[in-house]
Amino acid sequence: MKAKRDEVRIGFYVCHCGHNIAAMVDCAAVARYIATLPGVVLSRDYKYMCSDPGQELIQQDIREYGLNRVVVASCSPLLHEHTFRGAVTAGGLNPYFFHMVNIREHDSWVHTDRVLATEKAKDLARAAVERVVHHKPLEIKKVPIHPDVLVVGGGIAGIHAALTLANAGKKVFLVEREPSIGGHMAKFDKTFPTLDCAACILTPKMSEVGSHPNITLWTWSEVVKVDGYVGNYTVQIKRKARYVIEDLCTGCQDCIAHCVYKEPKFDDLFNERLGKRKPVYIPFPQATPQVVLIDPEVCLNFKRNKNPDGTPVVSDKCKKTCVEACGEKRAIDFTQKDQVVEIKVGTILVCTGFKTFDARRVPAYGYGVYPNVYTALEVERLVNASGPTGGQVVLRQGTNPDGSPKNPRSIGIIHCVGSRDKKTNLWCSRVCCMYSMKLAHLLKEHTGAEIYNFYIDIRTPGKGYEEFYNKLLEEGTHFIRGRVGEVTDWAMTPEEEGKLVIRVEDTLAGVVRRIPVDMVVLATGLEPQADADAVRRLFNMSCGGDGWFLERHPKLAPVNTFTDGVFLAGCCQGPKDIPDTVAQAGAAAAEALALIDKGYVEQEPNTAHILDAECSGCKSCIPLCPYTAILFDETRQKAYINEALCKGCGTCVGSCPSGSIVQNLFEDAEIFSEIAGVLADEPVAAGRPGNLTQAAIP
Amino acid sequence: MSQAPAPAAAPAANPRDWSPRIVAFFCNWCTYTAADLAGVSRLKYAPNVRVIRLMCSGRVDPQFILDALARGADAVLVGGCHPGDCHYVEGNYKMLRRHQLLQRMLTDLGIEPERVRLEWISAAEGEKVKRVINEMTEQIKALGPLGLPRKFAEWDREVIALAREVHARDAAAGPCPAHAAAPQPGETVHA
Repeated sequence: MKAKRDEVRIGFYVCHCGHNIAAMVDCAAVARYIATLPGVVLSRDYKYMCSDPGQELIQQDIREYGLNRVVVASCSPLLHEHTFRGAVTAGGLNPYFFHMVNIREHDSWVHTDRVLATEKAKDLARAAVERVVHHKPLEIKKVPIHPDVLVVGGGIAGIHAALTLANAGKKVFLVEREPSIGGHMAKFDKTFPTLDCAACILTPKMSEVGSHPNITLWTWSEVVKVDGYVGNYTVQIKRKARYVIEDLCTGCQDCIAHCVYKEPKFDDLFNERLGKRKPVYIPFPQATPQVVLIDPEVCLNFKRNKNPDGTPVVSDKCKKTCVEACGEKRAIDFTQKDQVVEIKVGTILVCTGFKTFDARRVPAYGYGVYPNVYTALEVERLVNASGPTGGQVVLRQGTNPDGSPKNPRSIGIIHCVGSRDKKTNLWCSRVCCMYSMKLAHLLKEHTGAEIYNFYIDIRTPGKGYEEFYNKLLEEGTHFIRGRVGEVTDWAMTPEEEGKLVIRVEDTLAGVVRRIPVDMVVLATGLEPQADADAVRRLFNMSCGGDGWFLERHPKLAPVNTFTDGVFLAGCCQGPKDIPDTVAQAGAAAAEALALIDKGYVEQEPNTAHILDAECSGCKSCIPLCPYTAILFDETRQKAYINEALCKGCGTCVGSCPSGSIVQNLFEDAEIFSEIAGVLADEPVAAGRPGNLTQAAIP
Repeated sequence: MSQAPAPAAAPAANPRDWSPRIVAFFCNWCTYTAADLAGVSRLKYAPNVRVIRLMCSGRVDPQFILDALARGADAVLVGGCHPGDCHYVEGNYKMLRRHQLLQRMLTDLGIEPERVRLEWISAAEGEKVKRVINEMTEQIKALGPLGLPRKFAEWDREVIALAREVHARDAAAGPCPAHAAAPQPGETVHA
C-alpha cells in the first residue's frame, strides 16, 4: 500500500461555481489544505470547472504534471460526473481514476456558517483524495442489442406498439394469450367521448398486425420463461394447442356450421357469457387471426377425464363432421399438443392490461343474485350490433306484454363499483365516469329508458370529456350524487313491485331515496390482472402496493421499468383510457427503438466479482441477489457472479462473511479509506482496537 | 487497510464547542438524490453530516458503521429507498435486517443504539433529509461525544501498563515451572 501511495499523483480541483460554492466555502483555503496531503501533486481552485477551459485545465495538467488521479470538488456527481470523466479520458487517463466531491448540493447550498461549511468541504475532499488512491482502471462494457422485440399482450397497447415498431422495420413477436388479439377494446361498442365505433377504429389495426411482414403473431400463447438481460433476452413461449393447424385454416368456418352440436350450447366468454358458442368456434367475427379453435373441455371427440398432466385425451367418439367439412384443407388436428418455442429478443414491451373488478365482491349490489343487475362490460356486449342480442337491449329476466324478452324502461348506473372504496380498491379507475356516461347515452338511444347515474364525483379530465358530460346533462340523464347503499327487490310500494330498488342517500338534496328501475348497471373498476404478480416476476419488474406494474419514474421514465430493456404500456401500469394507452404504447415503442438503433448499451462497470481464492462456498450471497446473478459451481464449491446480470447494488458484497466479493468503484478499501478520510481531522491512532493493542505491547 | 494520514492537529476543542460528527451512507437513487434536492431547494440544515455515496443501502456493511464509530464518528446515518421502492428491488430490506441485528450488538457494546439510525428517504423527500439531519444532530448533541478513539487510547495505555507489569514480575520470578519443561515456540507467557 505504501508503494502504491508513492506512485499516485493526484490532481485536485475545487470549483467556485461562480458564487454558488465560493460564497459559502473558502475554495482557496480548501485547495491550500488539500495540497498538504500526501500524494497530491497539484491543487487548484477555479471559477467554473465544468466549462470548456476548466476541462481543458484538467487535460493539460494530466499531461504536464503526469497526474494519474483526478479529484474535482464541485456539484453533485449525478450532474457532472459524466462531464469530468470525459475530460479525464480526453487527458489520456482511464475515466475511473476520477472521483467527484459534492460541495454544492451537499454543502454550500445547505449551510449558513462559512467556517463550518469550509471545514466540511475539506473533510469531503480529503475523503475523496484518500479514496482515489485505491481506484483501478475499469472498462465500460458495451453490450450489443438484439434488434428483435417481444410485445406481450395484444390489446390496443400491444397492437399499437407492435405496429409502430414493425413499421420502423423491426421484427416483432406479438404474444397474446387469448385466441384473438384486440383485448378489451374489441368488446366495446363505442368509445367515449367521440362515440366512434370501437371495432371501426380497432379492426383495421388488428388486420394490419395479422398481415404485417415484420410481425410474428402468436395468439393462444403465453410467455413462460424469460432469461437474459437488456439486449439479449431468451424467451420461452408456450403455444397452446388449438387442435387446428393455423397455417392450414382459412377461416371459412364451415367446421362451425357442421359441428354435431346443431345449436351453440356453451358459454361464450367473449360475450361475457351472455351468448353461446359451439365447441369449435372463433371468438368474434373480426378475430385476428381468422383461425378457429376447438375447446377440448366440451368437444365430443375428447374424453371428459384428462391425462395426469392435465392434457386432454382424444376419445374419437364423435362423428367428426367438422373434419369432413374441412375436407382437403385438413386443418383440424386432434392430436395437437402444447408447444414451447424459444426466441431471442433485445427488448420486451409488457402490455398485459387489466381485468375488471368482480362485482360479486360488493354483495349489496346483488350482482349474481338479481338477474337484471349487469356489469358495464356485459352492457357493452348487449348494445353491440355484433353482440349476443344483435344490439337489442333485453333483460335476462322478465317479458314484455307481447311475450318477448323485456326491454328496460328505467335503468340505474352505479359508479365507482370497486373503485375509491376502502373495502375494495382505493384508486380511481379513471375510465368509469366516462364509460358510464357513454353507456347512459347508448342505452337511452337504444331503449329510450329513463337513466339514473349514481356517482360520488364526476371525473372528466380529458379532451372533450367535460363537454360530453354537459351533453349528457342536456339529454336529460339524471345524475344523483351519493354512494349507493343497496340494490334490493323488496318492494315497499306498488310502483316498486317487480323492479329493482336502488337505495341511496342523495347528498345534494340531503334525503335518502329509493329509485325503482328495471335494470342496474354496475360501473366496475379496473384491477391488475389476477396473475400480475407472476408476470411481474417473469419479467423482473416491480409492482406498487396496489398491484399495478411500477414504472421507473412516474414523470421522467413512465414507460421504463427497473429492468433495463423491459418497457410498460397500457393499463398494466395503472388504469387509463384508450388515448392515454395508445400514447404510452407509442412512447414505449420509441424507447425500445432508441435502444435498438443505438445498437449497444453501455454499462457502468460497478459490477461485483468474487475472489475465487477467498470464497468459502457458504452460498449466503446467492439468495440475496435479486437478479439471480450469483451462481454456484458445484464441482469447485465456489460461488461466481455472472457480471452481465449483475446490476451493481453491492448487497452481496455487504453481506459476504469472508469478504470475498469485490464491487468495482465501491471496493471495501475505497469505502474504508473514505470513512477514514472524512474523520481524519482529529489526529487519532486509527484502526481497529484489537490491532492497535497487540502492536503496542512490547 | 490504510492508515489515515494525520493532518495538522485540530484546534484544541473546548468541550462546550463540541459538535457531533456524523457519517452518513446514502443510496445513490433515493436518499443521495433527496440530499441533492435539499440543496437545489436551498433548505438549510446542520453541517455535521459527511455523506458517503453508495449505490444501494444494501451495500452498507455493518463493518462500515463500526469502523466509522471506531474512527471518531459520534453517530452513523444510513439512508435508503422506502420499502418497495428499492432500485435494486430489495437491498433496503437487507439493510434493515442488518440494522436490527446491529442495534442489538451496539447495546451489548455499550453504545447507545440511537447513534446508528436507518431512514427511508425517497428522492422526492428533500425536506426529510433536512429534518432527519437536524433531529439527529440535536439528539447526538444531547447524548454527548462517543469518543471511541480516545477510549481506545486509554484502554491501550492500561493494557500496555499491565503487560509491562506482568513482564517485570515474570523477569523477577524466573521461568515459570509449569512451562519450564517444554517451552513451545511462540507460546504466550502467562503470569
